[in-house]
Amino acid sequence: MRHLKAGWKLGRNTSHRRALLRNLVTSLIMEERIETTVVKAKAMRPHVEKMITLGKRGDLAARRQAGAYLMTRAAVDKLFELSPRFGDREGGYLRIVRTGWQKGDGAEKAFIELLGAERVVEEKRQKRAELRAKRAAEAKKAMEEAQAQQQAEGGGEPPAGGEEKE
Amino acid sequence: MANPKRRHSQRRTSTRRAHDHLTAHSLSECPNCHERKMPHRACPKCGYYKGREVLEMEESK
Repeated sequence: MRHLKAGWKLGRNTSHRRALLRNLVTSLIMEERIETTVVKAKAMRPHVEKMITLGKRGDLAARRQAGAYLMTRAAVDKLFELSPRFGDREGGYLRIVRTGWQKGDGAEKAFIELLGAERVVEEKRQKRAELRAKRAAEAKKAMEEAQAQQQAEGGGEPPAGGEEKE
Repeated sequence: MANPKRRHSQRRTSTRRAHDHLTAHSLSECPNCHERKMPHRACPKCGYYKGREVLEMEESK
């Protein structure tokens, strides 16, 4: 019997829910880890696992079936690229970890990731740190330049005051 | 419209409310930073879960 196996409605009508789940699944395949609410993570899990099963099959028919669900062609390519790493598993490709609560409505948040996404997540984190350092250095340089210019113009006087006198 | 027949005593009110209370969350200890955290969740202090699972935590200024 399928009693109590209804799944999640997520407060949306059928088409809205389908669109949401497709978007979530596509994002997860592209990013390997996404942060969402616990309920959405649980609702999308079976869909992701079905996609990976298609990816493991790897034939043209599977590719077309995946393409009919996923939102972008890039996601289909990525799916068939990453699925072989789950070759020896039969399901359970995902990990959901609760991380805290959302401000505003208090919904419980979690991240959901493909197993083995740690490396990708780590790379992304490093890239982000580098970018942040670069931006901080640029801001510092710009500030120093502005200060130097100020000193050259007014001989130490603030530029706003100088302009008013003229 | 239905109306109360009798006055409701203070005692009745407080007896009814005797069970109205919040219960504290049961907390477990984070094995990484030894802070108290909620079970089955990543630690909000150090971002660890099951010895790994690091969330990006903001460095203290």
